[in-house]
Formats: sequence, structure tokens, C-alpha cells
Amino acid sequence: MNPFLILPIAVPFLTAIVALLAWKARRLQRMVSLLGAVGLLGAALGLFVTVHRDGIQAAQMGGWPPPFGITLAVDLFGAIMVVATGLIGLAVAAYSLATIDPQRESFGYYSLIHILLMGVCGSFMTGDIFNLYVWFEVMLIASFVLMELGGRKAQLEGAIKYVTLNLVSSALFLTAVAILYGLVGTLNMADLARQLPTAEKAPVTAVAIFFFLAFGIKAAIFPLFFWLPASYHTPPPAVSAIFAGLLTKVGVYAMIRVFTLLFVHDPSFTHQLILATAAFTMVTGVLGAVSQNNFRRILSFHIVSQIGYMIMGLGLFTPLALAGSIFYIFHHIIVKTNLFLISGIAHRLQGTYELKKLGGLYALYPGLGILFLIPALSLAGVPPLSGFWGKLLLIKAGLEIESYAVVAIALLVGLLTLYSMTKIWNEAFWKPRPGNGGETEQPAGPMSALEWIWLLAPVISLAILTLAIGLVTEPFFVLAKKAAEQLLNPAEYIRAVMG
Amino acid sequence: MQTLMALVVGSLYASGLYLMMRRSIVKLIIGLALLSHATNLLIFVMGGLTRGRPPVIPEAAERMTGTFADPLPQALILTAIVIGFGVLAFAVVLIRRTHQMVGTDDLDELQTTDSM
Repeated sequence: MNPFLILPIAVPFLTAIVALLAWKARRLQRMVSLLGAVGLLGAALGLFVTVHRDGIQAAQMGGWPPPFGITLAVDLFGAIMVVATGLIGLAVAAYSLATIDPQRESFGYYSLIHILLMGVCGSFMTGDIFNLYVWFEVMLIASFVLMELGGRKAQLEGAIKYVTLNLVSSALFLTAVAILYGLVGTLNMADLARQLPTAEKAPVTAVAIFFFLAFGIKAAIFPLFFWLPASYHTPPPAVSAIFAGLLTKVGVYAMIRVFTLLFVHDPSFTHQLILATAAFTMVTGVLGAVSQNNFRRILSFHIVSQIGYMIMGLGLFTPLALAGSIFYIFHHIIVKTNLFLISGIAHRLQGTYELKKLGGLYALYPGLGILFLIPALSLAGVPPLSGFWGKLLLIKAGLEIESYAVVAIALLVGLLTLYSMTKIWNEAFWKPRPGNGGETEQPAGPMSALEWIWLLAPVISLAILTLAIGLVTEPFFVLAKKAAEQLLNPAEYIRAVMG
Repeated sequence: MQTLMALVVGSLYASGLYLMMRRSIVKLIIGLALLSHATNLLIFVMGGLTRGRPPVIPEAAERMTGTFADPLPQALILTAIVIGFGVLAFAVVLIRRTHQMVGTDDLDELQTTDSM
């Protein structure tokens, strides 16, 4: 068995345990957390190289032959997602060193972040649908605690909504798993893909809709997204950033996985439904953002609208469209995390997230302004940044199969995204700082050089990555295309798992 | 037996969802608990109900033959119960803290994070 199949789960797990054992020594915890994040990125890259070179990797836990044991199976799409998790994990681990207060550190913040990363990696790597549920729960319980750690009023209110909706989604997911087991008698995804074509169509479609709803709540699609803008702006910026970058994308990943591997029996119904939902998701998300005046709430609504683009590719269901989705997910994880990190820096400097009270950041810190513009314009899809290529692929795929309506909506939403980003730019960076700066939450004390490094290093690295994806698109596109082809030919996946 | 179980599972789902839609924060938690019980019971029923045929291979035989009680759903339920228990314990603490902080048990008053 390839060791890289275990490491992306084992490394964050061990890091979390060591950080937990060192709960009294905060300095040690910080070092362990940073080292663990570096280790995770290394393991993720190792896994990616292996999968890219040798094809789909699979391993049976405990030596039980498939389909009886729990399977870990990683194809190119999964490996790309694990690499994205490693990148974001490292960025947020570094950023946390400067932004997380000692109380949160003492209450196991670093352990929780790594447990969260373990859950996310596990979700991307498992080949068993019940095991996917377990990884979802690992990820959720860590995110619940991170969401309310600190116990401010807004955090608790946000957490109630977040916890409730996610538990409903888990119950739906488990219900779907139960019915699926009753129908087919197996839970191994490769085995399911083999046996589902012989099952009766109508109940399978019903189960597919259950999965769609369960993953839809987690991915925050229309009309199930309302928990996200109600909660994502309440925790500290590092936590918001890792949630915004990774958690909803796990839902999207799971949706793409089941609707390419398992439920492909009736695309004219299921995938059309996904496509229609994608259009509504894009529009409601972006319109929701227009009416907001809080830095992080605007960004939260934009997560929703961007999720629309990701599942639009799944709804179109052609190789090019899926490649567009994969490209878009990777680009979005990096860009969105970066925007949240920058909102945290703005908060650190001026003590507020309210756009009315922010101002003059460009005059004071021109470099920060440029760093904001790179991901912001990329999110809106301005060439030559990474978001432009993602949108281009999806729109080209849409035109090829003549889905003009959804293409028109995607273009319009891009324009409105630009509007929101210019609004943040105008309010926070361009206009002079309003006089009543005294009402802010915390006095913006001067920052030490070390603090600047921890704040800026992740932001700059992610911005460089955004530029790199935009300027050197070809290799990323080839990868996404290869991953999409693997998704659309499940035979290879089944062979890798079942032997 | 199957019909009875279907009715039980159905009413558990219905009462769980009904309680979750009430305004009281305590009913929300009870609703969540019922929902997870409903799901566990559903997994159990979906494995098929078999009486008096434990999944133990007789000494003389190589493998199980005929119908027998499926052990897998029970393993799944065990996992789901443990997870559900942990999550429920967390949720109870969460509502207690929220109640202390906000001073109300009315869900409709938890709106500050939704306002613009």
C-alpha cells in the first residue's frame, strides 16, 4: 500500500494529538501546528504526484477485501482537492499565529484546526459512502467548536443556525445511505457504481435527490444556503477563512462524486435539476451580496454565488464543463480564503468589518490594496486572473451544448460580482477614513514586524498562486481536464478499487 | 412488522421536523434527537427484518445460506448512535450557553447575525 494514501489523514491527526497534549505550552502548540501544516502540504503533494504518475490509488483498511472493508480511493480530482486543503491549511495555520488570542489557543484552537483538516482530507479520500458520512461528522464537530470558541453573542447565535442546519443535512445524508443500502446492499462506492445500473430506476432517483439535498445544504446551494451568511462572519478571521475556503467545497466535492460515479442513470432529470439550481444559486448569492454593508457578509454571500458556478459544470455534464468545475473549485478555494484573510487584516488595522467605518486603507497601505485587488478581480473574472479562465471554460462548455440561459446568467453574475468587489474597494480602500473612528471594537495598536510577516506571508503566497494560475493556465487546465475524464469514466475507478 | 416499523419511523421523522420548526430552542434539540433516532431505526429496518436467524455460520457449513439477519446495519447504527450522542451533547451545551448569553429561548429573537 502506498504510504501517501494514509499520510494526509495521519499527519493532521498526530498534529492535533500533540497539540492537545501540549495544551499548557502555547509556544510549543504554535510550532507543532505550523510544522503539522507543512507536513500536511508535503503529504498532499506526495499523494498528488503518486496519483498523477500511477493513476488512481486505492487501499483496503484492515486488509478486508473489497467491498467488505473500508476503502480509501483517490483519483486525480480527490488528489487536487487534498492539495488545496494542504495549501489552505498551511496559509491559515500561519495566519492564526498572529490573529488568534491566547484564550482560544489555550482552549485547543490548533488541535481543532487540524482535526478539521483531517476530516476534510478524509472526505476527499474515502471510497465508502458511510465512511464519507463519518468524515463529514469529524469535520463538522471540529467546525462547530471552532465556530463558537470564544463565546461571543454573535458567534453563539450564528452557531445555533450553523449547527442545526448541518445536523439536518447529516440526518438526510444518513437517511439516503440507509435507503441506498436497502436497495443495493453495499456501501462501497465502486461496488455501488457497478450494481446501481441493474437497480430499479425510480427509487434510485429518489435516493439521488436525498443526496442532492444533503450535500446541497452543506454546499449552500439555493434555496438551502441561508445558514452560511448568518454564521460565517461571526468567528475570528482565520476560522472564517478556512470555513470559506474548504467546508462548502467538501459538499460540492461529494455532490460531484455521487453524481458522476453513482447517479448517472437519468441525467435529463437529475443533472437538469442541478443546472437549474446552479442558476438560482448564482443569482441569489450575488443579489444578496449587493445589499450588504459588512466586509465579511459580502464575501459570505459571494461564496453562495460561486458555488453556483461549481455545480453549473456538474449540471452541464460534459468533460469540458466538469473540467471547468474542477478548475473553478481550485481557483475559488485559494481566492476566497485570501479575501477572508485580507478582511481580517483590515479588521486588525481599523478595528471593524463595517464598510461605513472602514476607509483610507489604500492611502495608508498601498501594498495591501494591490493584494486585495488580485483575488477580488480574480473572483469577478477579470482577465488574465484565474477566475477568468474558470468562467471561460464553463461558459464555453455551456455554449457547446447550447444552454444559453445559464450562460447568460453566469455572465451577468460575473458583472454583479465585480460591482460588489468595487464596492468593497471604494468603501474600505479608496474613500478617506470617516472621522468617527472611535466607535470601533478594538484599538488598532501598532503591529510588530513578526505579526506583519505572519499576516502577510499567507496572503502574498495565495495572491502569487492566483496570478500563477491566471498567467500559466495550461498545466492547470490539462490537469482539470484529465481529472474530469477520470470522473466521466468510472470503469477505471471501479477497477482500481475492486481489483 | 415492516408496516409497523415504517409507521414508527415515519412518525419519528414527522415529530422531529415538527419540533424543529417550533420557536423554542429546547424543542429544537429534542427535534434533532428524534430525527437522529428516526434515521437509526430506518437503517435498521432497511437491512431487512429477520427473526431467529443470527448471522453465525454453523460449524458444518462453509458460509451462510438462506435468509439471515444482516449484521452490517447494526454496525452502522452503532457508529451513528455514538456520533449522534456526541453531537447532541454538544448541542445541549451550546443552547445552554446561548441561553445564558442571549437571555431568551425564542429562536425568532436570534436575528442579530441576519440583520444587515
